[in-house]
Amino acid sequence: MFKIITKEFLSENVARLVIEAPYIAKSRKAGNFIILRIDENGERIPLTISDADIEKGTITLIAQRVGVSSHKLCAMNAGEFILDVVGPLGEATHVSNVGTVLCAGGGVGVAPLFPIVQAMKLAGNRVITVIAARNKDLIILEDKMREYSDELIIMTDDGSNGIKGLVTQGMEEVILREKVNEAIIIGPAIMMKYAALTTKKYDIPTLASLNTIMVDGTGMCGACRVSVGGKTEFVCVNGPEFDAHKVDFDEMLNRLNSYKKKESEGYSEYLKESEAVLNQ
Amino acid sequence: MESELDKEYYKKERKADWRDKLRKDIKSKDRTDIVRVHMPEADPNERNKSNIEVNGGLTLEMAIKESSRCLDCVSPTCIIGCPVGTNIPKFVKYLELGDVLGAAKVLKENNSLPAICGRVCPQEIQCEAQCIYVKKLSKEGSAIGYLERFAADYEREHGEASIPTLAEPNGIKMAIIGSGPAGLTVAGELAKFGYDVTVFEALHDLGGVLKYGIPEFRLPKAIVDFEINNIKKMGVKFVTNFIVGKTATIDDLKNEGYEAFFIASGAGLPNFMNIPGENFSGVQSANEFLTRVNLMGGADNKFDTPVHTGKNVVIVGGGNTAMDSVRTAKRMGAERAIIVYRRSVEEMPARAEEIKHAIEEGIEFINLTSPIEYFADENGMVNKMRVQKMELGEPDASGRRRPVVIEGSEYDIDVDSVVIAVGVSPNPIIQRSMPELEVTKWNTIKVDENMMTSISGLFAGGDIVRGGATVILAMGDGRKAGQGMHAYVQSKVLAES
Ligand SMILES: Cc1cc2nc3c(=O)[nH]c(=O)nc-3n(C[C@H](O)[C@H](O)[C@H](O)COP(=O)(O)OP(=O)(O)OC[C@H]3O[C@@H](n4cnc5c(N)ncnc54)[C@H](O)[C@@H]3O)c2cc1C
Ligand SMILES: Cc1cc2nc3c(=O)[nH]c(=O)nc-3n(C[C@H](O)[C@H](O)[C@H](O)COP(=O)(O)OP(=O)(O)OC[C@H]3O[C@@H](n4cnc5c(N)ncnc54)[C@H](O)[C@@H]3O)c2cc1C
Ligand code: SF4
Ligand code: SF4
Ligand code: FES
Repeated sequence: MFKIITKEFLSENVARLVIEAPYIAKSRKAGNFIILRIDENGERIPLTISDADIEKGTITLIAQRVGVSSHKLCAMNAGEFILDVVGPLGEATHVSNVGTVLCAGGGVGVAPLFPIVQAMKLAGNRVITVIAARNKDLIILEDKMREYSDELIIMTDDGSNGIKGLVTQGMEEVILREKVNEAIIIGPAIMMKYAALTTKKYDIPTLASLNTIMVDGTGMCGACRVSVGGKTEFVCVNGPEFDAHKVDFDEMLNRLNSYKKKESEGYSEYLKESEAVLNQ
Repeated sequence: MESELDKEYYKKERKADWRDKLRKDIKSKDRTDIVRVHMPEADPNERNKSNIEVNGGLTLEMAIKESSRCLDCVSPTCIIGCPVGTNIPKFVKYLELGDVLGAAKVLKENNSLPAICGRVCPQEIQCEAQCIYVKKLSKEGSAIGYLERFAADYEREHGEASIPTLAEPNGIKMAIIGSGPAGLTVAGELAKFGYDVTVFEALHDLGGVLKYGIPEFRLPKAIVDFEINNIKKMGVKFVTNFIVGKTATIDDLKNEGYEAFFIASGAGLPNFMNIPGENFSGVQSANEFLTRVNLMGGADNKFDTPVHTGKNVVIVGGGNTAMDSVRTAKRMGAERAIIVYRRSVEEMPARAEEIKHAIEEGIEFINLTSPIEYFADENGMVNKMRVQKMELGEPDASGRRRPVVIEGSEYDIDVDSVVIAVGVSPNPIIQRSMPELEVTKWNTIKVDENMMTSISGLFAGGDIVRGGATVILAMGDGRKAGQGMHAYVQSKVLAES
């Protein structure tokens, strides 16, 4: 059992949870994630470790409500317990001083991007961060990102915060302006697909952190597999980061929608039920 | 087979008065005339819609009658066929006497999980294959597996399962990585010697393949839990959600005072065939399919985890995993649950009993056939597979005739989902976290005759050493490693004192 120490909403659908998990706090590195199961009937869902405090023995998770499990998680409160949390999973980000690093995050991808921005900065890089969302209410971690970035560019679809436009526009502006040695992109698969095409145009080595569907997270099931350079890779053990220019994003998009029908049926049922409970 | 028969020992035991008397009660000729017991089985057309256990278990009368078939041979060759050297005639003769608890006790001398082995051991190629009935009399072997299961179930159901006597606690900490049959066996062995034993398990539930792989209708989860509880009663501690090599390394655990380690992380990595379309949605490994159903409750709406099935489900492969998957798909409502296998039924590595049960349950077999490509609808969901026919050619290294493609024999099968069950490779997590650990070219861990790896104090066994093998071989490794670890730690303690 893993105790929730604090919980707060960063935006309407995104919550930050600080959870007691001393072993994980100690061994995690930037780029690692955990898998959790809320209760006996729950699924195992992967979430990036956004931050950790070794002294307090806690890890920070940032979760966006997209379906049943993430909804249940966001509804939990400080003092409650999560049944299972396992990690740290995945290979850590390879952090070194390469010069200028362009970090781009879309939507809730900004959460997993944060520890990488932080590590890249601490390794002595010049870090330029682009974060994007539909509108100003959905922008998260603005202050923390600013603290660890040499420059922070905010992009919104409606221009309600920062510049109006897509993440790729913000990235391209930077690339045209100065030499970028490496790029890291995290966000919805569709965003990563176009962000990867953008950096490919300028031949910038790029890593994408993939958020495929997972079950065990230990290499046992293959649910998380994607094609990278024509080879099947398991994201949970060989990733989550891969050469973005080699990832087959179309295949990944398909696989992410694999359970869409079942999941969304389950979700509307769940929402109906929880509404019924609230209206009682 | 590993166990050499210690003839003198068995001869001496056989001379015990009670065994002498039993042998004289019925003439050998009359014993051999008894027909082998038939296991009561659930109706195929009902069981293929539910999770009830297929084999119902023998009654006491059936068990006693079957045990009287056993000739209590001077040279009990059956024992050679058992990887842990179970004293088969002794336990069977206790059964004939009606002393079921006595029989169970004999079983537990060599095997801490007889209720499980009695159900899942491939007896027809192990103990029963070496029985005199098969070797000399051309009859069906003594039903050793059924009897083993009976004795263990009886002991459990009558609340008589006892825990072995334990040595005084010695306070020495031992760590076991993985809670499958290999890990559980070592845990039991070390607890008997008085060690302070902790089992670390990556998943949220204990039992390894016994839980996430082998389905309820073949091995009820309650039986696995019962055995795990007994090991808990022996003082063994279990830590779930703990991946050694990730959550903490072996070196971290050494710093916490663990003196010796046993790696039993299994062969969990599923193989794929690397053919076009294999990554479409709805194509999944058997591990994924079985885990979603067995560990995550995917077939039950109460649970949040979804799983792909459908009307037409094809399983690729011919081993136990393939049979378990296809029979699970049938139970989840598939109209056509089909095995596609590249050799013939005779070459299937699955247990004979599983193949028989699958046929009874209406599973279709498309043999001498292999997939070459998958196709999908506009959403990337698999809807068709292309297969080609094979014929058997010259025997390969394994002695089995090699399947050869028949050119121009391709055709398509409509599918709603596909399960790939073409073997597994060793789980790589530990090896990766310890580059100095010696492994084979298949990435299995190298061990010496005491199951010690290239690193002193670090032992390994089960599927991580053998590749995909069997429950009983994993347990055999566990027993050997338990002895090895005990000897290692004792000599270290002596050296230090
Ligand atoms: C390595 C990794 C790190 C991740 N880190 C974070 C994180 O820090 N914060 C966060 O909010 N989310 C993160 N995710 C995504 C998160 O796991 C999913 O949002 C979650 O599993 C959805 O579960 P659900 O039951 O709420 O939704 P579901 O009902 O399962 O799915 C709802 C919809 O979300 C999509 N979806 C399902 N699973 C995933 C997935 N794994 N990734 C993306 N979309 C998915 C599907 O298309 C589906 O239609 C991460 C995923 C991975 C693999
Ligand atoms: C579907 C299926 C059906 C089978 N049917 C039969 C049968 O009928 N008869 C038979 O004899 N055999 C059968 N087998 C084979 C048999 O189950 C295995 O040979 C046996 O379980 C191997 O035992 P093990 O203890 O080595 O590993 P496993 O049972 O694989 O257990 C390994 C455990 O270690 C855990 N683990 C892995 N890495 C780590 C880590 N780093 N830290 C912590 N924990 C870790 C895993 O999560 C797992 O729980 C079957 C296998 C499958 C998949
Ligand atoms: S453990 Fe397996 S092989 Fe040995 S006697 Fe029992 S059923 Fe036979
Ligand atoms: S070989 Fe067969 S008949 Fe002989 S002791 Fe063993 S089980 Fe009994
Ligand atoms: S999540 Fe199961 S192998 Fe990656």
